[in-house]
Amino acid sequence: MDEVERKAKLGEGTPLWPGPGEGLVVPGYRRDHELVDPALDWPAYRGTSLRHPRRPLVPIPGTLADSTGPLLGEDRVGEADFDLTSGHPGEPQGQKIVLHGRVLDGNGRPIPGTLVEVWQANAAGRYWHKVDRHPAPLDPNFTGVGRCMTDSQGRYRFITVKPGSYPWENHFNAWRPAHIHFSLFGRAFAQRLVTQMYFPGDPMFPYDPIFNSVRDPRDRERLICAFDFDATTPQWALGYKFDIVLRGREQTPFEEGHR
Amino acid sequence: MTAGVRPEELHPGCLPPTPSQTIGPYFGFALSWEDGPLVVPEGSEGAIRIEGRVLDGAGVGVPDAMVETWQADPEGRFAHPDDPRGAVEWGEFRGFGRCATDGEGGYSILTVKPGPVPGPGGTMQAPHVTVSVFARGLLQRLVTRIYFGDEEERNGADPILSTLRGGDAVRRTLIADPTDRGYRFDICLQGEDETLFFAI
Repeated sequence: MDEVERKAKLGEGTPLWPGPGEGLVVPGYRRDHELVDPALDWPAYRGTSLRHPRRPLVPIPGTLADSTGPLLGEDRVGEADFDLTSGHPGEPQGQKIVLHGRVLDGNGRPIPGTLVEVWQANAAGRYWHKVDRHPAPLDPNFTGVGRCMTDSQGRYRFITVKPGSYPWENHFNAWRPAHIHFSLFGRAFAQRLVTQMYFPGDPMFPYDPIFNSVRDPRDRERLICAFDFDATTPQWALGYKFDIVLRGREQTPFEEGHR
Repeated sequence: MTAGVRPEELHPGCLPPTPSQTIGPYFGFALSWEDGPLVVPEGSEGAIRIEGRVLDGAGVGVPDAMVETWQADPEGRFAHPDDPRGAVEWGEFRGFGRCATDGEGGYSILTVKPGPVPGPGGTMQAPHVTVSVFARGLLQRLVTRIYFGDEEERNGADPILSTLRGGDAVRRTLIADPTDRGYRFDICLQGEDETLFFAI
């Protein structure tokens, strides 16, 4: 792909309308997520077949609706919502873990005060969801839903149990690698991200079309948390660390000169 | 979308974004907020329903999708510091809506109609709602826009609607039809009536 075509694809070519400098100047977000995100049409994952648009996505310049976004507050989050092992009569089954990390933008700046939502299967690989028919047992002491707000340094922290692998019907003998779902807002509609976090060394990695829908191994690597001995707590829980990067803002000439 | 080019090479010193993964089929118990579909509280003056169905390439309702909306208030302002005109609160308007689809693929958001919003280059964007669609089988979110069928004049001057290639058939997929309690907007993920989706 030549430079012009590449730039056009990234939205850096001639805009559809007059560029900044005239009228309202809106902070734009880089489109480098397009280089790492999976394709929508991914036959190995059968669920995509009737659900991916056939027409190409139409690039549009950043507008006010994309560079703003919901700043959802503390009122969404209960004090114990970060602790998925709490709120039930007893302790959940499974390996207790502390999962923490930072939410950053693509310029390396922490994103404080942003809502992080997680959900997961229990230690046996069963979701607390009516659609999940996997015969593994539900755990009366584990629902698998967590929420928290990042602190002033962009940090988040959850206490939970390591989820189990579970079978699905995509292909013969299909099992998902253990994963925790993440939903993030950042500060702008353009930064919205829903993803899945995996655990190091999962033997299911080579067989999972969802994990492998991210085509570059360097990008897949960034969906895997790291074992964190420092966050591991004696007699209590293993520590894991997972940093999340949301799209970064385009540098304005002013910022460029002051980096 | 491009093989070979790395974000690190394009933007040295920057961090590549974390890749997207599908929301999967089991998000409902986690992401369904009781007040999710209420962009304004029930009973608010001027409240309207924006509702419709999410449909797959076979025309079947998608029962495991989630629709999220973000929009300006009726004055065309955002309660957000990155609105260069300044952040403005408008009553109990949240700007954001979230609704998981039902068994038939239906969703419904209670909101108020947004005002026009300035675009770059001195243009004025017609009233619109920005939409994210998540679903099992979608490896990244889809982004589209809802424009309003009873805003012909403003729609005609909108910098995005008026520059779309593909003519009326494509433009139509972005326009909600007025109903007796608001607007109807179906989202077709694939097929003849496929909704136009944007790369933002």
